[in-house]
Amino acid sequence: MHTRYIPVLLLKDGGLYKTRKFGKETYLGDPINTIKIFNDKLVDELVFLDIAAARRKSEPNFEILKEIAGECFMPLTYGGGLVAIEQVREILAIGFEKVVVNSAAWTDPTLVSALARYFGSSTIVGSIDVKRDWMRREKVFIHGGSEAISIDVVDWAQELEKRGIGEIMINSIDKDGEMTGYDLDLIRRVSSAVSVPVIAAGGARNVNDLKSAISDAGASASAAGSMFVFQGKHRAVLISYPSTKER
Amino acid sequence: MAVIIDYGIGNLGSIKNMIRKVGGKPSIGSTREDIAQADMLILPGVGAFDSGIKHLQASGLMDILNQRVLEDKVPVLGICLGAQLMTQFSEEGQEQGLGWFDAQTLKMDFTDIPGKWPLPNVGWRNVFAQNGYNILDGTEEIPRFYFVHSYYLSANDPSLISMTANYGFDFACGLRHENIHCCQFHPEKSHAFGMQFFRNFLKAYS
Repeated sequence: MHTRYIPVLLLKDGGLYKTRKFGKETYLGDPINTIKIFNDKLVDELVFLDIAAARRKSEPNFEILKEIAGECFMPLTYGGGLVAIEQVREILAIGFEKVVVNSAAWTDPTLVSALARYFGSSTIVGSIDVKRDWMRREKVFIHGGSEAISIDVVDWAQELEKRGIGEIMINSIDKDGEMTGYDLDLIRRVSSAVSVPVIAAGGARNVNDLKSAISDAGASASAAGSMFVFQGKHRAVLISYPSTKER
Repeated sequence: MAVIIDYGIGNLGSIKNMIRKVGGKPSIGSTREDIAQADMLILPGVGAFDSGIKHLQASGLMDILNQRVLEDKVPVLGICLGAQLMTQFSEEGQEQGLGWFDAQTLKMDFTDIPGKWPLPNVGWRNVFAQNGYNILDGTEEIPRFYFVHSYYLSANDPSLISMTANYGFDFACGLRHENIHCCQFHPEKSHAFGMQFFRNFLKAYS
């Protein structure tokens, strides 16, 4: 079966960036040029997350999203700063298939079920960011990794499923941008606890990592940032994507 | 002119973009006049079956659609929920479908199938032509398309099946009866393979 490998691209003020551990940002370039390359490489799907909107709790940048959707002939997901049904309606009308809800699922407990009812479960991706504290205790974070919430990651995943989420993206903040491999244990615990598809994120360095999240840890899809946008140990910006043969 | 039917649900923009990309002349139509003038129809749709049928009824387009498709034999392509609406009914809802196909829409059932099969079935699946369906022709690799669904098309007459895919089991992901075509997947989101699909569909009726 053709598994999904999903580049996750971070937007900020109209540009594309890549973070490390949700901090240090590297500017990658213009989103439209990058999309054109991914179009040519027959990418499975693209996820755009607006890290500025998530942190500032501001409106999505609808103008840039419109431009992006006009260039994309593959499935598109948007996340960042979504708090209302009207915003989601607009994002879908622009030509995105799915939206990511993260912080707002916690701050507004009615949002996910309302979105699932209006737009269908398969439109709503629940994203969970996880970080270990100095005691190595695992914590779920919202607002771009800036605020811990008091719920266990597996309980939160199951709660999101119960509310009608169609997919769950599980992301390790400690692994973000590090290119040392996924937190397979985390992915395994979440995958085995829910029946909706799970998207693994955080840490992938190569195709073998993408494969192992699926074959070893039970994810349905593998997402990555760095490995699709950097090349070499100095992290030169170069867009790449495995061909059918390399998968 | 290919008219994409706007009845309140579905990602019309993506379909329009792609038809234009392959050289077609798409427009979005929501009135009886739009449908009456179309020489090709696209019925999109996402979401739940009953919601889709109710939106169609509320649009006031039911009778003109039946007339154009069943009597005037205008080529029509149903996509995703639009495909399911063309069957007689769905296990997802109570409402009657358009009934253009002697088929129904069933929930994917993995009882007795080993392995874990999350629903919805989200992702790219290889698609195989059946009964000589030529709209899939012309790709170097096995064509693959993007799916998002939990229900599938089940035809009473196997000769209606135009395409199949596999997710735990082989299922029909496309039906065809004369001028009426449908696909469960999203060709408008399936880059090169979707472009070839629309190119073939436009060519078949040009």
